[in-house]
Amino acid sequence: MDATEIGLWGVPLAILGGAIRVSTPFIFVSLGEAITERSGRINLGLEGTLVFGAMTAYAVAVMTNSPWIGLVAAAFAGLCFGLFHGWICKFPKVNDIAIGIALMLFGSGLAFFFGKPFIKPKAPNLPAIPFGRWSDIPQVQAALDVNVLFLIGAVLSVILWWAFRNTRAGLIVRVVGDSSDAARAMGLNPDTVRLLATGVGGALAGIGGAYLSLYYPGSWTERISSGQGLMAVALVIFARWNPLGCFAAALLFGGAGALGPALQSVGVTQGYYLFYAAPYILTLIIMIATSSPTRSLAGAPGELSITK
Amino acid sequence: MTDRFMLSRRQLLKTTAAGAALGLTSAFPVSKAFAAAATVGFIYVGPKDDYGYNQAHAEGAATLKGIEGITVVEEENVPETVDVQKTMESMINLDGASLIFPTSFGYFDPHMLAMCAKFTNVQFRHCGGMWDKAKHPMNAGSYFGYIGMGQYLNGVVAGHTSKTKKLGFVAAKPIPQVLLNINSFLLGARSVDPTITCQVIFTGEWSLAVKEAEATNALVDQGIDVVTCHVDSPKVVVETAAGRGAFVCGYHANQSPLAPEKYLTGAEWNWAKVYKMFVDDLVAGTPLPNFTRGGLADGFVKMSPLGPAVGEPARKQFDATLAEMMKGGFAVIKGPLKSNKGAVVATEGQAFVETAIELESMDYLVDGVVGSTA
Repeated sequence: MDATEIGLWGVPLAILGGAIRVSTPFIFVSLGEAITERSGRINLGLEGTLVFGAMTAYAVAVMTNSPWIGLVAAAFAGLCFGLFHGWICKFPKVNDIAIGIALMLFGSGLAFFFGKPFIKPKAPNLPAIPFGRWSDIPQVQAALDVNVLFLIGAVLSVILWWAFRNTRAGLIVRVVGDSSDAARAMGLNPDTVRLLATGVGGALAGIGGAYLSLYYPGSWTERISSGQGLMAVALVIFARWNPLGCFAAALLFGGAGALGPALQSVGVTQGYYLFYAAPYILTLIIMIATSSPTRSLAGAPGELSITK
Repeated sequence: MTDRFMLSRRQLLKTTAAGAALGLTSAFPVSKAFAAAATVGFIYVGPKDDYGYNQAHAEGAATLKGIEGITVVEEENVPETVDVQKTMESMINLDGASLIFPTSFGYFDPHMLAMCAKFTNVQFRHCGGMWDKAKHPMNAGSYFGYIGMGQYLNGVVAGHTSKTKKLGFVAAKPIPQVLLNINSFLLGARSVDPTITCQVIFTGEWSLAVKEAEATNALVDQGIDVVTCHVDSPKVVVETAAGRGAFVCGYHANQSPLAPEKYLTGAEWNWAKVYKMFVDDLVAGTPLPNFTRGGLADGFVKMSPLGPAVGEPARKQFDATLAEMMKGGFAVIKGPLKSNKGAVVATEGQAFVETAIELESMDYLVDGVVGSTA
């Protein structure tokens, strides 16, 4: 109990803790979007899916008293949103970006509508694994309370990275994303592949929402998401459509986001608005540093409407 | 085609409503009972069950629903844009509201003022806005409460409860009202022990769930053991702090159901009293006041019941301080007092009581607060 004086060590600890706590929704949404975009389609509606997933998870967890059933429900709701997006975009001359924006607003609105009665009740939270038990400093213990979803996200990003290179399903998604004509020549139906990829992407975004409402910050309100869904979509481009990159980018974002409050807590109080901009400044720097005027965006799926 | 139909229908509704109203008034020209029947509209910027600012207003509005002849209409999640003008128009034209409370700060100028000019027979009263007789119409007005006193009492209890002598404050933006709350909280705690400090973290927005949680975690990491806040919905701060084992003081509304063991007390709005006052005037037919302010003694502000963790010495000083405030003329900011940048904010013998207009333009944090206004 006396080990409360950690002073400046609080900053790296907060960045580490923040990276673990804040990054999980980014991980899931960006992995979902990576799958969708690798198949050649953009789903900007994941912000709406995230909010709807947060609401569904919380509501179902309140009603069944089990956060796991809530999590499954959120994934299912996300799947439905994704399939809906995929189904509409199948029609000719439909712009997937416009549909995504429409679904983003629709998802949030629907979540507010159904979520009204669930603002007051308290839902059971998803469990965390206390990796910090070896330490007797309470701050370290708190920072290393790692939620199971974070671990699942980490494992998932490795699996996806491997699967995109080595499995039949991964290669099918990639060929559809790179060239519809080549895919058709192989006897694949690009629309079906994209439908499924968008569905899976939506399901992952729903899980990201469940993390927000069932673990951190751990309650359902209409202001639960501060644009995490949209940021995660941008992270995919930042990560060059690489699942491992998505994971790293999400960690970077979470950690950089924790910088502002942590610096203020140790007495660096000037210019906090600037520190709050840290994640975005970092993104800009990396984007500029890795861009090149002589070649197109590395790793971009050829069928993606932004690169066409 | 559809547009034309919509317009004509709306026009029809308007005309029918106006016609019905006309019919009623002419049929019962002097009936007192019908003069008393009135519709009161409430507009909230967020959800009305946010355990915070909007809930406090909605609870006040709910107490009016039992009054005979009064109909309450409400709309929540109304942005501080032209949307609020549409909401006000529909409350007036479709629901027949004769008194409207737009409760969020940003509704006042230009939205509420525009409606004041358009509907001169409807009364508008705005929470927190600075109504000025020279500048604003007579059917507009503002009301507010001196809740800094409540934060001072929070500080008294926090000062007794804290073991590390370090308090934390999660604040939204460095505006005068927030700064007064932070300063009051620290000065309340310093009335117990003058070595206590208060660390403030500004999140920059009124409602940012994840950042508020991060700020609370960062405070607790620094060994802070009592946390309070000034954000729209204290739910996240209260739950996060209690989850980390810190004590919390509430704000806006009673958050004790969220953390029954860790909740010490809280500074709450008591809008029921204020709204009842306005509606009583409306029913009686007397003109409504344009500029309304009040504190603990006036019943505009109240304290949450003390929690189970509050010890006997804290309870005693809390009761004594509250009794003194109820007499009126209590000054939180009194000399000699310096800001945390070393500037003198009050000289020896100088005191700013709760009604002092200087407090509404506060731009400093007092000595003992760790934080910066920019």
